[in-house]
Amino acid sequence: MKQDSLKGWFKSGAPGVWISGGAVAIAVIMTIGLLSVIAVRGLGHFWPADLVQASYQVPGQPEQIVIGEVVQSEQVPRARLKSAGLPVPDQGPEFMTRELLKVGNRDLNGNDFSWVIGDWLVNLQRPAELMALERREWGNFYGYLVSVKEGDRVVAQGPAAWAELQARLKRASKLNAELQNLEKKDIGAINHGLERLRLQGRKLELEGKLDAAAQADLDADRAELNNRYKAIEQRLSSLHQAFARDSLVARDGNGRQVEINLSKVVHAIQPNGMSTLTKLSTYFAKVWEFLSDDPREANTEGGIFPAIFGTVMMTLIMAVIVTPFGVLAAVYLREYARQGPVTRLIRIAVNNLAGVPAIVYGVFGLGFFVYVLGGSIDRLFFPESLPAPTLGTPGLLWASLTLALLAVPVVIVATEEGLARIPRTVREGSLALGATKAETLWKIVIPMASPAMMTGMILAVARAAGEVAPLMLVGVVKLAPSLPLDGNYPYLHLDQKIMHLGFHIYDVGFQSPNVEAARPLVYATALLLVLVIATLNLSAVWIRNHLREKYKALDS
Amino acid sequence: MQHDSHTRSIDMSALGRDKQSLRLAEETVAIEVPGLSLFYGDKQALFDVKLNIPKQRVTAFIGPSGCGKSTLLRTFNRMNDLVDGCRVVGEVNLYGNNIYRKGEEVAELRRRVGMVFQKPNPFPKTIYENVVYGLRIQGINKKRVLDEAVEWALKGAALWDEVKDRLHESALGLSGGQQQRLVIARTIAVEPEVLLLDEPCSALDPISTLKVEELIYELKSKYTIVIVTHNMQQAARVSDYTAFMYMGKLVEFGDTDTLFTNPAKKQTEDYITGRYG
Repeated sequence: MKQDSLKGWFKSGAPGVWISGGAVAIAVIMTIGLLSVIAVRGLGHFWPADLVQASYQVPGQPEQIVIGEVVQSEQVPRARLKSAGLPVPDQGPEFMTRELLKVGNRDLNGNDFSWVIGDWLVNLQRPAELMALERREWGNFYGYLVSVKEGDRVVAQGPAAWAELQARLKRASKLNAELQNLEKKDIGAINHGLERLRLQGRKLELEGKLDAAAQADLDADRAELNNRYKAIEQRLSSLHQAFARDSLVARDGNGRQVEINLSKVVHAIQPNGMSTLTKLSTYFAKVWEFLSDDPREANTEGGIFPAIFGTVMMTLIMAVIVTPFGVLAAVYLREYARQGPVTRLIRIAVNNLAGVPAIVYGVFGLGFFVYVLGGSIDRLFFPESLPAPTLGTPGLLWASLTLALLAVPVVIVATEEGLARIPRTVREGSLALGATKAETLWKIVIPMASPAMMTGMILAVARAAGEVAPLMLVGVVKLAPSLPLDGNYPYLHLDQKIMHLGFHIYDVGFQSPNVEAARPLVYATALLLVLVIATLNLSAVWIRNHLREKYKALDS
Repeated sequence: MQHDSHTRSIDMSALGRDKQSLRLAEETVAIEVPGLSLFYGDKQALFDVKLNIPKQRVTAFIGPSGCGKSTLLRTFNRMNDLVDGCRVVGEVNLYGNNIYRKGEEVAELRRRVGMVFQKPNPFPKTIYENVVYGLRIQGINKKRVLDEAVEWALKGAALWDEVKDRLHESALGLSGGQQQRLVIARTIAVEPEVLLLDEPCSALDPISTLKVEELIYELKSKYTIVIVTHNMQQAARVSDYTAFMYMGKLVEFGDTDTLFTNPAKKQTEDYITGRYG
């Protein structure tokens, strides 16, 4: 009886439903888990955490005052701590708390982070006037504000100093924005112009056309640019002076005083005294800074805007290259080529191409695109800048092209499937009205297959945007703050090296001198990479659904 | 719809009277087939078919499935060229010109010999764009010309009143019968000389079928119409001449009344009376 019911249960298909349902549940849980882990760890980094002050008493050593943020705490067996050489008493519970404090003040302590034994921290306080300074170098500073100075003159001290500091910081950040603008835009344009003049001169020289008149022209242009530079330089130096006018004096937990120039300070906050609302606004300001700023301090601080821009730019150029190539190849294979062993062989080759490891494409890209193709282009079209390579070096164009090669099989396969699905009756309808095969193809078949082509493009974007390995060989670098798209002719600099979010994760996580500081950025960057790819995909999906609605299939 | 069926009976009786005076031998020939065989690879599908399609009349091809009637129809606008391994021996003369001669412009031929298929196949475009498709292919893009053509063709296909307010909506939103009439409108918009209808009503409901049949009756004053149908009542209702085909051969061809009431061949009689097919 029981056997029967078990058999019946199997026959009913219920186990299959349970197993497949379970598989779906596991997949969903894993996806949500992945996203929430990187979201929590990445986004938590920007929250202005409370600062703790405590005296740290290691048995047998003088007492020390430590100030910092608690980053992490864990339970460690007493024996392990003992074997690590810490003066741990033998008696007591088996596990002890160990805490990771971000103590900042790298200029004073030599380290940003410090592991402390929780049991030895006594007299924990959170004084409201504790201050956290985000600095342009040396990482954060934690301590107390003593006074604010203008040059050598003290302008405020004591409780009044804080308001004065904020006011003067605002002025400094305004000056900084002006400086950045001047340096990046104006001086960048002048440098660009000078370089172009140099190349022009070299080109004329190579062609043997550099006579006195041309030389004089070039010199005049150069002199004009140099004059402009001099004018800006004057302004620049006065701005620099104004920028470095103020400084502050601060004291760390142990009473050491330091003077910090305000030009080195990005923000000053007193997190213990902040309300949740102020904290929230600080939080969003920091997130925005992360999204919109250039990186600082070997990529462990500041923002990652160039990496976002590089990723999006490269993916878009890739999509622009890969779609027409893939579509044309698919159209030829499906519509024009005679179906036979040769086309079958080509299809097998295309499908296998999709399975080649990405790094192999990187090697090919470097060996063929960069050295052979780029090198030849340089010799033919840019001889004036040799021996410095123009396109004969890794850059945006080659990175996009390598990814396009990597993604083209996906587009071909998807487009072919789309073409195969167009009902024969519709093609015949067009032919029967006197349209040629080509007219039918362009006016009826291709528009109807366009959703499939978009699907191919979506898959290509999804595949290419997340690819990192080949990019390291063909154009992505650790730091390239100048964007490949700017106001200098020819506006889109395909020869430029770019930053990429995927590579940035690798670089920050594994190549960084300051691992502890970089870890939250790894999560934040990973989250951002996921978001960027999702955005690219969703916009492509939106376009496709729009097309699909328009060319709703007839086969119903 | 009650009204429609009355109209139909009146039409049919008129049709019947019309047919009394028909004599095949006296008609002007539109398409002359002096002897045509067709092969799909090694398999022969048509065996030395000989017949003349009269001008501005409705000619029906009947016969059991697989007898070659659609294949024969498709040789008239060289639609069979699209089938891999299809080979034609013999000729088809459209107003005296062999359409299988070397250098024949197939696209131009298909404009002159329009075709409507078994399943309605409107393009996924607006009603307007469907009708002007063939004209745009010919390079006609003047809005005024196209507008006139749309109205004229849709009126010709008895669809104008139903769609005149939504010309710029998708053709896929029409009902099956409307779609088929749209396809007819699209075909007559390029002003063909011959209209080939390949089982145009097999995917339609009876009311839509009736409308298409009425349309065929009206169109024959302007076009030479060849219709393939499975439905013998339909052949009897709409056609002036009927060809009965069996196993790739033309068995009998004559005016519809005679063929249905007094067939010359036993095979034809067996098929018409429903003994096989």
